[in-house]
Amino acid sequence: MAMVKTENLIHDYVIRDEEGNVSGKVRAVDGVNLEVKPGQFIAVLGHNGSGKSTLAKHLNALLFPTGGAVWIDGMKTDDPDQLWNIRQEAGMIFQNPDNQIIGQVVEEDVGFGPENMGVPTKEIWERVEEALKTVGMWEYRKKSPNRLSGGQKQRVSIAGVIAMHPKYIIMDEPTAMLDPGGRREVIRAARALNDVEKITIILITHNMEEAIYADHIFVMAKGKIALQGTPHQVFSRVDEMKALHLDVPVATMVAHKLREHGLNIPEGILTREELGEALGLES
Amino acid sequence: MFDGITLGQYYQTDSPLHRLDPRVKLVGTMAYIIALFIVKGWVGYFLAFLFLATMIALSHVPLRFVVRGMKAILIILLITVAFNVFLTPGKVLWSFGVLKVTKEGLVFAARMAVRLIFLIIGSSVMTLTTTPNQLTDGLESLMGPLKKIHVPVHEISMMMSIALRFIPILMEETDKIMKAQMARGADFESKHLMQKIRSMVPLLVPLFISAFRRANDLAMAMEARCYHGGEGRTRMKPLIYKGRDIFGYGVVAAFFAACIVLRVVGL
Amino acid sequence: MSLKIDDITYVYEKGTAMSVNALDHISLEIPDGQFIGLVGHTGSGKSTFVQMLNGLLAPTTGHVYWNGQDVHEKGFDRRKLRASVGLVFQYPEHQLFEADVLSDVEFGPKNLGLSEAECKERAVEALRHVNLPEEFWDKSPFDLSGGQQRRAAIAGVLAMHPSILILDEPTAGLDPLGRDEILNMVRGMKEKLRITIVLVSHSMDDVAQYADRILVMNAGKIMMDDTPEKVFSRYKELEAIGLSAPQVVYIMQYLKERGLPVKTNILTVDEAVDEILAHRGELNV
Repeated sequence: MAMVKTENLIHDYVIRDEEGNVSGKVRAVDGVNLEVKPGQFIAVLGHNGSGKSTLAKHLNALLFPTGGAVWIDGMKTDDPDQLWNIRQEAGMIFQNPDNQIIGQVVEEDVGFGPENMGVPTKEIWERVEEALKTVGMWEYRKKSPNRLSGGQKQRVSIAGVIAMHPKYIIMDEPTAMLDPGGRREVIRAARALNDVEKITIILITHNMEEAIYADHIFVMAKGKIALQGTPHQVFSRVDEMKALHLDVPVATMVAHKLREHGLNIPEGILTREELGEALGLES
Repeated sequence: MFDGITLGQYYQTDSPLHRLDPRVKLVGTMAYIIALFIVKGWVGYFLAFLFLATMIALSHVPLRFVVRGMKAILIILLITVAFNVFLTPGKVLWSFGVLKVTKEGLVFAARMAVRLIFLIIGSSVMTLTTTPNQLTDGLESLMGPLKKIHVPVHEISMMMSIALRFIPILMEETDKIMKAQMARGADFESKHLMQKIRSMVPLLVPLFISAFRRANDLAMAMEARCYHGGEGRTRMKPLIYKGRDIFGYGVVAAFFAACIVLRVVGL
Repeated sequence: MSLKIDDITYVYEKGTAMSVNALDHISLEIPDGQFIGLVGHTGSGKSTFVQMLNGLLAPTTGHVYWNGQDVHEKGFDRRKLRASVGLVFQYPEHQLFEADVLSDVEFGPKNLGLSEAECKERAVEALRHVNLPEEFWDKSPFDLSGGQQRRAAIAGVLAMHPSILILDEPTAGLDPLGRDEILNMVRGMKEKLRITIVLVSHSMDDVAQYADRILVMNAGKIMMDDTPEKVFSRYKELEAIGLSAPQVVYIMQYLKERGLPVKTNILTVDEAVDEILAHRGELNV
């Protein structure tokens, strides 16, 4: 069974004038069909306003379809009886590290989700310990979140989600507000969760270097999926990506330009190692 | 600039006072405040001082953090003292024109000052040794009986807990916005009252907008983590009285009783 | 017009156990016309440092001189300094507050005591410089997109007519298009208005493309102060303090290790492509 499946998903935001009357609609998601299999690492790319954040909120039943449908692990998101099961199975990490930490102490924040789920006290402690150790924040358990760096805060947020034992985690631009060190921390944690814990990851990002590890990439534009495929497939379409105002990894760009100058190297190169190989250098 | 406010600021360490059940600390603080208004004589105040000093020692919180809370109320304190010194009728000691310092005034002012100082320090000791979450858990538990008359006890305590979590963040934000507006030539130091009020607009509008944005984000994050009110919720740190808590209640009761006795015997 | 920093230190919570040397004996000069990149990881002291430059913070020891005058001397008009040294904070859109964009941009000039006509003139000119189309000027700033809000906020500082403009992470949170728009706009402002730019960033790729002098801060000290080529050739040191060189530097370094004798002091993709093509004969493709 698919972990996540959307069928012709549509989402309209209703615009109201000052009297509260409906004055218009904006279609943020426009007929999206996608399927994510258990254990996959998925990247969703797209510029601001492409509808990717709206899509993300559908995958955790934080928004409900205007048209079409979303299934999470076989549960339809607009079924009210399944709401809390869906939110337990689907963890979510948001962009701003400050605005998603509820607890005043790291361990209390991580325990927040399990508390809401009604997990017995003893098990909450086990889950908190396991989750904090998974993201390498165990030694900070007694600290105030305000004293942590951005990357550490995001790792605490990830631990807060892991403690709910989700089947998959949606990360909505988790690195956008972090410095390079913080970005590396968060991406490393996300990849480890996918590799070791086999948790399905859906990473929404602007940073193309973060997407090259994905099993599959969806590129959103104007509420639709404009491109999709493996990183090699997606990033081999440099001109289309540029037209969508998106970057490609630097190695991809170098290779693409070399091709334009007549060098016979394949499209879709992602890393410097692949570039070296394509240039016929010994490794 | 907001360094002066310690209320609601938890000091992370391990001490007998930190380990105490928050309900004991809440009841203890209430009892202490009431006791401050029961005692009248210097022996009583000395006892209150002794109690407070013991608590500070037990809290393992450095003294400068404890007294930091005083900075915020220093002006209120000075005004209170001045009013009492000059406006209490009685035996005149000195007089400067219309201002008269009376013996009763001095005594009364000293008493008010001591009460205020002890009160603020006493509540600071509680908030320094209790995380806001424990504090709200404690309040929720103590107010539990009110649920029967449909008071939304859980919701109130959750609101308080979130407010406390965001106070430092919003203060930092205030500082940032203030500096950003100063970089655009804003003047927050003007002495002129109207000018001062007008200069707050560029600060308050962005601050409110930011607070609402954060509230939106946070609500979303809480829902995503299955928050749906107090129903069916378990506790990571349930409040269970232990031996030391009973002992704590005993100490508070003894202190309170002693204060009443001192009042009755007039010390 | 020049700004001189003379041996400044800044200590937070002075005299307590928690006291931190946020700035540790920094001296440097910012002459006219440079495009300076200031890099360092979070907590390296760069935000504290830029607040020294316009007098928002006073150094614990040392001096800041504007045109030879000590800015913390009695009688020095620091409000005038703040007009000359414009500081755009991180997420500047969070400081917008007026009912419409134009009024918000006029806030700075009004604080300088200019006439209404002058304020408007400056606001209009600043909004043109940040490429915000006229149709948005009478709109509420909160109806603008994130990128537009940010440009409006930058215009608010630009309208003060600074001769040095400091931008703290002006591209944070923007998508690639928004980032390129802002950075090109900043470069355009430097060329058209002949103002000195200090771009604070942790994106080496951004700084490498635009700056002609790079300051690297670490633990409150200026660790490097040099041209981009020289700074990024020390990428191992940058990594040790939580930074990195632009991606192309790593690519060229890798190719060199694999036996292609390319130069590694390369900053942009186009330079990299040219350099690889110059060694076309040595490739097996």
